[in-house]
Amino acid sequence: MRTALLLLLLLAVAAIPGSILPQRNIDSALVTDYLDRHRTTGPWLDRLSLFDVYASPWFASIYLLLLVSLVGCVLPRTRAHWQALRTPPPLTPARLTRLPAHTELVVASTPDQAQQALRTVLRRRRYRLRKPDPDNPGALSAQRGQARETGNLLFHTALIVVIAAVGARYLWGWRGDVIVPAGQTFASTASGYGTLSPGPFVDPAKLPPFTVRVNTMDVTFEDRASGAQFGAPRDFIANTTTTTAPGAPQQQQRLSVNNPLSLSGTSVFLLGNGYAPVVTVRDSKGNVLYREATPFLPQDNNYRSVGAVKVPAASPKQFGFTGLFLPTATIDPTAGPVSVFPDSRAPALALTMYEGDVFASGRSQSVYTLNTDGMSQVRQPDGQPLRLWLTPGNAVILPGGRGTITLERVDRFAGLSVRYDPGKGYALAGALAALGGLVLSLTIRRRRVFARVEPLETDATRPPRTKVLIAGISKNDDPALSEELNRIVAGLEKHLGPAIVDTPRNMDGPDADSPDTNHGHPSHNLDGDPR
Amino acid sequence: MTVHPMLAQYANIAAYSAIVVLAAAMIAFVVDLARSTSRQGPATIRDGAPVPVPSTANAGPTAQAIRTAAPGSVAVVPAPTTAPSAPRQAAGIGTSLTWLGAGLLVAAAVMRGAAVSRVPWGNMFEFSLTGSAAVTVTYLVLSLRRDVRWLGTFVVGPVVLTLGLAVTVFYTEASPLLPSLRSFWLVVHVSIAILAVALFTLAAAVTVLQMIQDRREEAASPGRSFMRALPNAAALDRLGHGLHVAAFPLWTFTLIAGAIWAQKAWGAYWQWDPKEVWTFVIWVVYAAYLHARATSGWSTRSSNIIALVGYGCIIINYTIVNMYLVGMHSYSGM
Repeated sequence: MRTALLLLLLLAVAAIPGSILPQRNIDSALVTDYLDRHRTTGPWLDRLSLFDVYASPWFASIYLLLLVSLVGCVLPRTRAHWQALRTPPPLTPARLTRLPAHTELVVASTPDQAQQALRTVLRRRRYRLRKPDPDNPGALSAQRGQARETGNLLFHTALIVVIAAVGARYLWGWRGDVIVPAGQTFASTASGYGTLSPGPFVDPAKLPPFTVRVNTMDVTFEDRASGAQFGAPRDFIANTTTTTAPGAPQQQQRLSVNNPLSLSGTSVFLLGNGYAPVVTVRDSKGNVLYREATPFLPQDNNYRSVGAVKVPAASPKQFGFTGLFLPTATIDPTAGPVSVFPDSRAPALALTMYEGDVFASGRSQSVYTLNTDGMSQVRQPDGQPLRLWLTPGNAVILPGGRGTITLERVDRFAGLSVRYDPGKGYALAGALAALGGLVLSLTIRRRRVFARVEPLETDATRPPRTKVLIAGISKNDDPALSEELNRIVAGLEKHLGPAIVDTPRNMDGPDADSPDTNHGHPSHNLDGDPR
Repeated sequence: MTVHPMLAQYANIAAYSAIVVLAAAMIAFVVDLARSTSRQGPATIRDGAPVPVPSTANAGPTAQAIRTAAPGSVAVVPAPTTAPSAPRQAAGIGTSLTWLGAGLLVAAAVMRGAAVSRVPWGNMFEFSLTGSAAVTVTYLVLSLRRDVRWLGTFVVGPVVLTLGLAVTVFYTEASPLLPSLRSFWLVVHVSIAILAVALFTLAAAVTVLQMIQDRREEAASPGRSFMRALPNAAALDRLGHGLHVAAFPLWTFTLIAGAIWAQKAWGAYWQWDPKEVWTFVIWVVYAAYLHARATSGWSTRSSNIIALVGYGCIIINYTIVNMYLVGMHSYSGM
């Protein structure tokens, strides 16, 4: 217990840095940015895995120790509890008046009747009874509340299941992200994804081969409220056509932020959206060199987006354009070209142009940035870099007979994220079982009730009278114990008729010895507060 | 998803009225506590002097009150002011005002919800408003079952403070929700979170009082203090533990419902987003508290400190995490 307690506190402390420092698993760009700004402390923090806290060896060691402690606690306790469940309640103690709560009454019945009635009452109150003892016929032992420990063990076992399910997600799960412009189809293959992060036991060649066509991507933004809410997103909905394999029957499905698609055991989420301007580049003779919906990645809440247009078909030198897409463009005197609203109200592309070898380094590169290593910037006659400002439908002539570039129209793209997690069902089942176990273990009280019945009447000609002494003890702090005895007495009176000689009941705890507690206050509660 | 600015206006008026009414309620509760020292005054004198009635340190105010009224004890003061049923006018006013304030808060939350055609907990202002209503109503429900007038100051005070922050710092204009918040799980996840936080708040208030009372009872000469009007440390401890025990499963449920929602909205039930981290930290700290209670060898005081650390984490989760840490739970509306 003590080890578990310390490990729990340690785990709480260890989890905190990950919420303060940027984390690679959430946004690796922020981490790079942080390392750029903190050149001395950054690398040290990195060495301590503080940018990957939840994958770091020290964090793993804490929770693995906790897991070991958990298993080491659950196993012996399960064994002990199993034995306890098969053990009858203990023998009735000799002096019942020493127990924390006790009461005495006299009923008009034989001791046997009283004993039977008491057994019925206790059984109804879900007590387990010890078999009657022939040597000691007046004694009675009962206990209830073993479900408390059952719940406790269920809770701890369920936590182990949750941890195992998280492990399964890491080992057999995978995640792929892809950007699909409206009107285009995406096929789930390892090369089809923009990024694919498979778990160690996943074979990327065997991904389920479903397809998703994004028919339309509908987005609305707040344009009436003022202040920070202005421009806040209100709706993202993608209308899709899906198949479980190329050529399989098609299905029309609506995909929105809280409503993922289920396809071949995976879930497809709509996690992002943005603009994919359709750009056409022609050579000087009017031949189309490039015509594509080119996704630009949003950088701020007004969707100022960055991207690149690569035209390897151009000759003799290949073309590359890089710059900004602005859905509602305006030129700020200080900040330059900015977007003032996220919706496409006055779209513009602001580009600079390069020529040379687009794929000079031969390495794979991001489609959103232009590698200018093997390229030179195209300049105006006055030596200033060429700046292109494209608005929809207007062809802009590239200088030096290089042809034209046109922003045809602006499409939207949907950012899809495909997840496969074989453990999530187990994680949910484990979590719900843990909650159930927790409620049992926190609400059920373990109580033992003992009683002794003694005949008061030895004269067989007179109606029988029996003295019943009932006492209770609780394993946990239990302010309601005396109420429980009251209820048992009430149940007994229902069976046997009202108690005939009402000896003063002592319903107080051990501190009832102090002479003043009961003064004029017979129903005084253990709680110490009057009701 | 229409917005009714007039209703939002009425909601604000109700919220401001609630602040005024609850501030008055707090003053009434403070007056009651202040009067309690004079109410308990004679007992203090008797505690110091040799009297025929044995006096135990942990007998508590109730027992003392009964003892004072019991026949055979030294009748120093007239019975009406010392009997346990002595009218506590100020406390009565405080309770009545709290009912009025709670009514106004509930009305404010309901009108705000109607104004934006959804549940009223989509940003920090609304969460504070609804959370304050939940704390106040929980306190009043508790007050129906037992005498917790002594707790009034310590519940209504933080509520007034929270509301003050809500209408000034956290205020957000009535507007529809971000797409990711538009889900059935917003209702489930956040309503249970609000209830859990309300219970943790009451539990923290009781725990702080328990620690003060405990220290006072241990002191050689417990001086004249409003703490005399409160239940003894053992009773406070039981109440505080009970409230924590009620809150912890609700917090566990909040965590699970949040994970289910995250799975639906973001595609993964757990991603170590700052809010997730802090919800987890709070859960772990309160789990440690429950462990400490069950571990022999840990004093009540140490476990209570862990519980208060847990509440500190709740406050951090609500303020710093919402406003300064960037994550996917950035819904403060600021």
